[in-house]
Amino acid sequence: MTAKIAYDDVEVGTELPAQSFPVTRATLVQYAGASGDFNPIHWNEKFAKEVGLPDVIAHGMFTMAEAIRVVTDWTGDPGAVVEYGVRFTKPVVVPNDDQGAVIEVSGKVAAKLDDNTVRVDLTATSAGQKVLGMSRAVVRLA
Amino acid sequence: MALDQSFVGRSYPPTEPYEVGREKIREFAEAVGDANPAYTDPEAAKALGHPDVIAPPTFVFAITFKAAGQVIQDPQLGLDYSRVVHGDQKFSYVRPVRAGDRLTVTSTIEAIKSMAGNDILDIRGEVHDEAGEHVVTAWTKLVARAADTEGEA
Repeated sequence: MTAKIAYDDVEVGTELPAQSFPVTRATLVQYAGASGDFNPIHWNEKFAKEVGLPDVIAHGMFTMAEAIRVVTDWTGDPGAVVEYGVRFTKPVVVPNDDQGAVIEVSGKVAAKLDDNTVRVDLTATSAGQKVLGMSRAVVRLA
Repeated sequence: MALDQSFVGRSYPPTEPYEVGREKIREFAEAVGDANPAYTDPEAAKALGHPDVIAPPTFVFAITFKAAGQVIQDPQLGLDYSRVVHGDQKFSYVRPVRAGDRLTVTSTIEAIKSMAGNDILDIRGEVHDEAGEHVVTAWTKLVARAADTEGEA
């Protein structure tokens, strides 16, 4: 494993480059196919509303997949991720318009751990709401 | 109805092997819009020290969640899946999943809790490769929301 960021070059508080990830209905259909999660709340507005949701929502695992990109784009090697966990706090609501939704993700180094690893705390929001809680990754640096 | 606490600690038989394919990894990486060459270009993956293309960190969920179906659909446990939402998800990696892996999953019920009428189920999935080496552990927290109380108000 060969992360392009050196352990000695980061400190607690080091910010990772933030990113924005757009998500439309087409994105969700593509993710459903790739992941095998065909729950209709992710593509069928009528069904989503019948079960009490405001509209179609993104797969939680899609949001989780996007959020870790802030870490894997930073390290270069996705294999450097040692641990990754999230809590799904609010759904990402994806309207059927030309815009869809946007997931905004930022991250910073929260702790320097043993064995060249650091803990990165991630923040993910959509439409001003925090969509992930306790979103943390442990990553091994060079 | 609260789930039976005696299921805590129960493990289910390992799944049949899931063979990780390069094109499946590519399809997943494209679906999440991630152009990292380690997912699609074997040479780029090798330059990072991996024997073949690797999968994005959350790719393995499709495999562990399918395995967790043994728990979710266990008629003896009696979880009402129509009320289930995904609460938390965590992974701990020994190494990244890669093309060519033949992965089996052993699911275990780690905890069952009942809070405000909701059933909370923690499932651990241990993922091993064909050589029996541990690759990743996935923890999935499922919350079965309390049944509707219409007519009681």
